[in-house]
Amino acid sequence: MSMAVSSPGELTVTRGVDGTVVVRLAGSWRIESGLPSVAALEGVLADGPTSAISFDSRELGDWDSAVLAFLASACRLARERDIDVDRSGLPEGLRRLLELAEAVPEKDDARTSVIDDAFVQRLGGKAIDTHRLFRSDLDFVGRLVLAMSRAARGKARFRWSDLALLVQQNGFEALPIVTLVTFLLGLILAFVGAIQLQTFGATIYVADLVGVAMVRDMGALITGIIMAGRSGAAFAAQLGSMKVTQEIDALETMAISAMEFLVVPRVVALCLMMPLLTLYGDAMGILGGAFVGVTMLGLSPVEYLLQSADAVSLSHVVGGVFKGSVYGVLIAISGCLRGVQSGRSSSAVGDAATSAVVTSIVAIIVACGVFAFVFYMLGL
Amino acid sequence: MEARAVVAESTPAITVRNLTMAYGDFTLQRDLDFTIEAGDIFVIMGGSGCGKSTLLRHLIGLNEPARGEILYGTESFTKAAPERRSEMLRRIGVLYQSGALWSSMTLAENVALPLGEFTELDQSEIAEVAALKLALVGLAGFEDYYPADISGGMQKRAGLARAMALDPDILFFDEPGAGLDPISARLLDDLIIELRDSLGATIVIVTHELASIFAIGTNSVFLDAESRTMIAHGPPVELRDQSQNERVRRFLRRGES
Ligand SMILES: Nc1ncnc2c1ncn2[C@@H]1O[C@H](COP(=O)(O)OP(=O)(O)OP(=O)(O)O)[C@@H](O)[C@H]1O
Ligand SMILES: [Mg+2]
Repeated sequence: MSMAVSSPGELTVTRGVDGTVVVRLAGSWRIESGLPSVAALEGVLADGPTSAISFDSRELGDWDSAVLAFLASACRLARERDIDVDRSGLPEGLRRLLELAEAVPEKDDARTSVIDDAFVQRLGGKAIDTHRLFRSDLDFVGRLVLAMSRAARGKARFRWSDLALLVQQNGFEALPIVTLVTFLLGLILAFVGAIQLQTFGATIYVADLVGVAMVRDMGALITGIIMAGRSGAAFAAQLGSMKVTQEIDALETMAISAMEFLVVPRVVALCLMMPLLTLYGDAMGILGGAFVGVTMLGLSPVEYLLQSADAVSLSHVVGGVFKGSVYGVLIAISGCLRGVQSGRSSSAVGDAATSAVVTSIVAIIVACGVFAFVFYMLGL
Repeated sequence: MEARAVVAESTPAITVRNLTMAYGDFTLQRDLDFTIEAGDIFVIMGGSGCGKSTLLRHLIGLNEPARGEILYGTESFTKAAPERRSEMLRRIGVLYQSGALWSSMTLAENVALPLGEFTELDQSEIAEVAALKLALVGLAGFEDYYPADISGGMQKRAGLARAMALDPDILFFDEPGAGLDPISARLLDDLIIELRDSLGATIVIVTHELASIFAIGTNSVFLDAESRTMIAHGPPVELRDQSQNERVRRFLRRGES
C-alpha cells in the first residue's frame, strides 16, 4: 500500500495447461476508480474445468476494499463450483481481511428474498396486505369503542391532566390559524358571490351566501382540514415515537391499556374542541364576508349582520357543529390509528404522520359527502 | 408476601415449555425448555442477534409464541384471558434497554403512575413512595425532572425505580449495564442483588457483560444463533468451568477455549 507513483489497476486472468487459473492483479486498485471485474474471471472459469485458482499480486500497488470485494466474489464463485482457492499469492493484510469477512457464514434464511414477482402475484399480495390492514383498522376501532364505553362508565384509566393539556393544545392553541383561514375563506366566498350578485344589483345577498355556506358546511370542513394537519399529524407522531422509545411497551407491560391511556383522551379532546372551533370559525367567516361587504360593496355593517342572522337558521348551526364534532372524532381516530400502527424507526414515524393526515382528510371529505346527501334527503 | 413464600418452595417462578419464536417465516429459536426458580438471578445470554431480547419480549407478553407456552407459577400466561393476563402483569416489572420513561411526565409522575393505578394510596402517600423509590436508585431530588433532561444512565435508574414501583415478584432487565460506566454498572449489579435479597424478587436479565454474569447470575440459559436453540442451561460459573459445549465455553471465556 505504499507505492508513491501509482499506475492504474490491471487485472489479467489466465488459464494454465494443468487446469489452474491464475488471477494477476497489478497496479493501483482504488475504490474510487471501480472494482476489478468478476465477469472476466467468470468468463475464464466457464471455458473449461478448473482445478484451482491462485493469485499473483507481486505487482499490486495500492489496494483497498475494491480488491477485497473482488476477492470475496471470486471466493464465492469458486465455492459454488467446488474449486480450490490458493490464497498464498495474496498480501498478508488482504488474506486476513478476507478471513474476517468469511468468519460468520450467512444464515440461510436470514436474507429476505426480493424476487421479481409476476404481476398477478404482486396484485394478490397487495390485496392480502390491504385486507390485513383493513382488519387491523377495524380491530383498532372496535377496541376504541370498548375503551370509550369504559370511559363513559368512568372506568377507563387516563389522567385528567393529560386531557386538560390536550384540550389546550388542540383547542385554544389552534385559534390563531383557525381565525386566519376561516376569515380568509369568508372573504373569498364573498368575492365569488359578489361578482355574480352585482349583475342583479342584489349584493346584500352576499351576506346570505357567506352565512349559510360557512355555517352549514364550510366552517366545519375547513376547520376539520386544519385540525387534520395540526392534530392528526401530531397524534400520529406522538404515538409513533412512543413506540420507538418503547414507552407503549412499558404501558402494556404495566397492564395499562394504551388505548385508554393515550387514545381515549385524544378522541375526547378533539370531540369536545372541534364543535367550539367550528362555531368560532363560522363567526370568523361571517366577519370575513362582512369585511368585503362593508369595504368593497358599500353595505353597512349592521345591515350585513342582520341579513346574515336572518339567513342562518338554528338548524344550520346545529348541523354544522354536529359535523364538526364528527370530523374531530375522525381526525383523532386516524391520527392515533396510524401512530399505533407505526413501525419502530424514525422514518416510520414520519410515514405515520403523513398517512394520518391523508387518512383524516379523506375521511372528512367522505363524511362531508355523506352528510350532504343525508341532510338533503332529510330536507335540512 | 405470604403467597410468594409458598410459591418459592414449591413451583418455579417461570416455566418455558417448548417455546418456538419466529418473526414471520424466520424462526429465531426453537424448542426452548427451561425453568426460572423463585429467587434466582437468571441470565439470558448468547451472541448478538440470537434472540435474547425477543425471548424477553415473549416472557412479558409483548410477542406471542409461534409454538409452546410460558407459565407463571403453575398458570399458563400464554393461554390466559386478557383480563387475567393484566392481573398477572401487575406482578412483574420491566426495565427496558433505553429506560422507556414516559417522556411527557416527570420522573416522580413516571413512578407514581402505576402506584395511582393499582393501589389505594392517596396523593401524598403516592408522592412519598415515588420519592422513596427514586432515592433507592440514587435519584433523590430529581423528582421534577423530565426524562429528556437527565443522562442515559440516570434514565436507566429512573426506569428501574418505575419497574420497582409496585414491589413486583419478578423483575426483567434488558441489557441493564449497556451504556453505563464500569462503576455505575457495578453499582447497578449490587442494587440488583440487594433487590433480590430484600424484596425476595426473582430477577431475569438479558446481558452480554461477562463481569456481571459471573458476579450476580445464579442460573442461566445460553441461546445459540447457529443451531437456533438453547445449548446450555445452568449456573454461569459452572458453565464456564465445565460446559461440554465448545461455543458456550468460548463465549464465557471471551473466545479462549
Ligand atoms: N420486529 C422484528 N421483525 C423481524 N425480525 C426481527 C424483529 N426484531 C428482531 N428481529 C430479528 O430477530 C433477531 C434477534 O433479535 P434480538 O433483538 O432478539 O437479538 P438479541 O439476541 O437481543 O441481540 P443483541 O444482543 O444484539 O441485542 C435478529 O436477527 C433480528 O433480525
Ligand atoms: Mg437485544
